[in-house]
This record gives sequence, structure tokens and C-alpha cells, in this order.
Amino acid sequence: MSKLLPWIAGAALVALPFIYNSPYPLHIIVIILIWSFVYTSWSVMGRFGLVSLGHGGFLGVGAYVNALLWNNFGLTPWIGIPLAMLAAAGLAVLIAYPCSRFRITGHYFALVTMALSAIVLQVITATRDVTGGSLGYTPQRVPGGSSLFAFQFTDKETWYWIALAIWGGGLFVRWYVDRSMMRYALEAISEDEDAASAAGVHVTAEKLKITALSAAMTALGGALYCQYQMFISPDTVSGISASLQMVFASVVGGIYVLLGPTVGAVITIMLAEVLRIGFGTAAVGWDNFVYGILLVLFIIYLPQGIVGSLMAKLRGARVGS
Amino acid sequence: MLEVNGLIKRFGGFTSVNNVSFKVDQGEILGLIGPNGSGKSTIFNMLSGFFPPTAGSIRFQGRELAGMAPYAIIQGGIGRTFQIPRPFRRLTIFENVALAGYYGQEGRTRAKAFESAEKALTLVGLPLDRHAPVDGLGAAGLKKLELAKALATEPKLLLADESLGGLDEHEMDQAADMLNRIRAELGITIIWVEHIMGVLMRVVDRVMVLDHGEKISEGLPSEITNDPRVVEVYLGSDAVAVQAMAAARG
Repeated sequence: MSKLLPWIAGAALVALPFIYNSPYPLHIIVIILIWSFVYTSWSVMGRFGLVSLGHGGFLGVGAYVNALLWNNFGLTPWIGIPLAMLAAAGLAVLIAYPCSRFRITGHYFALVTMALSAIVLQVITATRDVTGGSLGYTPQRVPGGSSLFAFQFTDKETWYWIALAIWGGGLFVRWYVDRSMMRYALEAISEDEDAASAAGVHVTAEKLKITALSAAMTALGGALYCQYQMFISPDTVSGISASLQMVFASVVGGIYVLLGPTVGAVITIMLAEVLRIGFGTAAVGWDNFVYGILLVLFIIYLPQGIVGSLMAKLRGARVGS
Repeated sequence: MLEVNGLIKRFGGFTSVNNVSFKVDQGEILGLIGPNGSGKSTIFNMLSGFFPPTAGSIRFQGRELAGMAPYAIIQGGIGRTFQIPRPFRRLTIFENVALAGYYGQEGRTRAKAFESAEKALTLVGLPLDRHAPVDGLGAAGLKKLELAKALATEPKLLLADESLGGLDEHEMDQAADMLNRIRAELGITIIWVEHIMGVLMRVVDRVMVLDHGEKISEGLPSEITNDPRVVEVYLGSDAVAVQAMAAARG
């Protein structure tokens, strides 16, 4: 029965737009799916103690590289997005390699990667002639609105299925890593790098692999967000705040469980929406304030996150009975 | 099989290992003894790539190891344990050993890794249960796990670092027998670093004694125990006098 549950849930999700396709809720669900994918991408490495605050940078590279290639060279996102993912992976290796060689781990790794987020934000803002700077950037729309070549679609249903597929793909990647031998190596590295290399693990190679994977996935999320919203600004897809957002949501949901980052996305996005609708412009920035308080509370009282703690409770109950 | 020449390791102005040379033959158990700080662990760390030597060469099966990264040396056929066991507590006992089985050799499949993990666990006498956590193990169990991890990498040469510290006499005997069995059943050559001389002398073929980073003696166990330099290092100069007097009295 529990084996069937994911398939039933998956089928229900795929069928959703046939039953219910009210535009606003569907829009919120698409946004939730895209960010769930991004947060899951972060957690792919974050769960192994590799806490990166540089993912805002990878998100920005994904969004801007793809959009710039489309606007300036007419390159289809079918090629632009993979190129953007490669660029993000390359940037990730550029940062992660020296970090690994010089044993910059834990808090120091978070600080170094945080600088990366800030740098990407600065570069986007400073090169305003090319990127539009802090005013944001819009990919050129194709006449008629929808085009497979341009990866632009006007109807929400199509976007829902795209986002659902990508989100499912993200969960699959994380699940796959979790059941691979790579998980053993990364858990070992997170505990004791020397002991891991005494078991034959090439510590730097394993770290670079997971970092490049996580960065490329995050870039895909950024490009997807751009194609869906048809507008990006440096503050939403890059910078330290975007990175912190990923950490907030993942910690709230629980980084050690597959669906943790997804639940984190649901909670944080719903919270932002409720504040926006309930208080309007009077509540601008409140969501970040509430996230901050939540993050502190969660780290102290519920470090496993909501899903993680629930599952531990359930498991405890099952063992107890 | 292993040929070490003029090995030197300096940490700043301190010379931890000074011009040590030795050979290990295929199939033998070499005991490496010496007081605390005599450079035993430093030699192990150089042999396994954790410290690059300041000078000297380490040739293993005709290949120079000095300067190679630890993972490459491990995959090249050298296994090592740590003086204080360093298990991965987030993994189960089985996963600890399977990890070593997978990454300890190049191009391993998961099935092959699990197979060598089972073999290693069986040999050291740990349960094959896939879900047993590390936290349930005591001092002797952790030492067994440490050994199983090293064995799962399927080494040709095993560097066993003070594997008996903290064990009672019965456990010590068991562990000594274990090393004998590892050589007999798997044909693995062993260098065994140990504080406790008694047990070691029963098992090893040859002994090398270090003091202040220098090799002061090398030979059969029976020769070593009668070497006045060794007795002095281990028991102090009074003991040498006592021994000399005893010998004089006949």
C-alpha cells in the first residue's frame, strides 16, 4: 500500500488541471512547484552538511544566461537552459574546488559561498546595459504568445505540467543520490574527511560532483522561473536573500527528508501570499521578518523540520506499538 | 613488497621521523614499536599519504607512493586503520564497511562492494545485519569495525595502528589471532604498530623499534627483547643495569 501511495499521489497531481483550473490557485501552485524544485536542489547538497549560501548566484546565472542568450542571439532555451546549467556548474566547481583543497568547511564554506551570491548580484546590477540592472529583465515574447521553440506558453495548464515534471525530476534526482553509494561517501565526508579518504574516497571529487549537480539543478529552476514569469530582477533570482530563502524553506520543511523542501516551499509561499493579500503594501517585507523568526525557532526547537519531526514521531509510534 | 628509503618528516623545526629505511617482504607481519611520540604514527601517515614526506622514498610494488593522495594509495592496495577508531556514525555498521568496499578499489560495482563488506564483517566477527547502528558497539566492537573497513578495501598491505589499546587481555589475544588469520586466510602483508609488546611479540615475524624518530633496532622478536638499547628505551637505564647484573650472576 505504501509503495502505491506515491504513484496515486502523482497521478492525482497530473490530473489536477482537468478537474480544477482556476488561474490564480494554479499560478500559486506553479510557483510553489518551481521553488520546491529549487529548494530540493539546494538540499541535495545541503543535507550533507554542505550548507551553501551561494545558490542565489546559481539561480541568477540560470535565469540570466538563458534570457540573455535568447534576447541577444535568439538561441532557443532548449539549448540556452543547458548552457546556463553548465555555466552554473562551472561556477560551482570554481568555488568548491579551492574550498575543498584548503578544507574550508562548515561555517566558513557558508561564508565563502555567501560572497558568491553577493558577487553575482553585483555583476547583474552593474552591467545594466546588458542585463537591465536592478530594473529587471524581460525575455522577448514571441508573437502569438506560445511557442515550443521559445519555451513560452500562455496557458497555466501547460506550465503546471512542466513545473510538475521538473519538480518530480528533482525529487527523483535526490532520491537517486540518497540510495546510491555516493550518499555513503558524502555522509562519511561530512563526518570525517580523513577517515573517508582512508576508505578510498576521493573527497574533493565527490564534493565537486554533488556541488555541480546541485548548482546545475538550481540554475534550471532559475531559468524555468524566468520563462514562466517572463520577468526577472536581480533581487528575486540572485543575491544573499535568495540564498537565505532556500535555507529557510528547506530547514522549515526538513532537509533530511525528501519532501521537506517542498513542504517548506508550500509554507513560505503561502505565508507570503497571505501577507500580501491580507495586508497589501502595508506588509511589504513582513514575510522575510516572519521567516527570520521561524528560522530561529525551527533551528532551536525543531531542527529536523516539520516533515522530519513528524516522520520521527510516526516511526516512534510504530516502534512503540 | 614495500621499500622505504631515507624517510624524513619535519614539522617546522621538529623532526618527527629522521632518516628511516626499512623493507617489508610479501606475507610477513612486521611489528613497529616505540614509546609515545617516537614517530610510529607519522610513518603510517606518510605510508598512507596523509602526510607528504619531507624527504625520502616509499616504493610499494615498484611504484613510488610519496606525494600520492590518500585515496589513490588506498585504491593502490594499502589499507589502514586509525589508532582511535573513526567510524561514520551516520551510517550503519554495514554501510561503513560497504563504503570502504566500494571506494577502496577502482571500478567497483555495488554488488561487489557489498560482497567484500560481508566477507570483512564475517572475518572480524561483526553482525551482517544491514541496519545495525554503530552506536551499539563498544571499544572492542569499534576496533573490529575499523579493521573491517580496512579489509573491505582489499589491501595487499595492511597498516594496523595500535589496534589493541583499551582492550582487556582476552580481547587482546583475540585481536592478535585475528591478525594472524588475516595473513593466513587472505595472504595480506601487515605492518602492526603497537604499544603493548607482549602480544605483539607472539605474532610478528620481525620487529622494528623507533625512538625519537630514529630506527634504533630491527630483528627477530627474540633478538629485540635482549637488545639493551630497546630495553633502555622501554624500561629505562636502570632495567639495563638490572638485566646486566642478572646476566653476570648467571
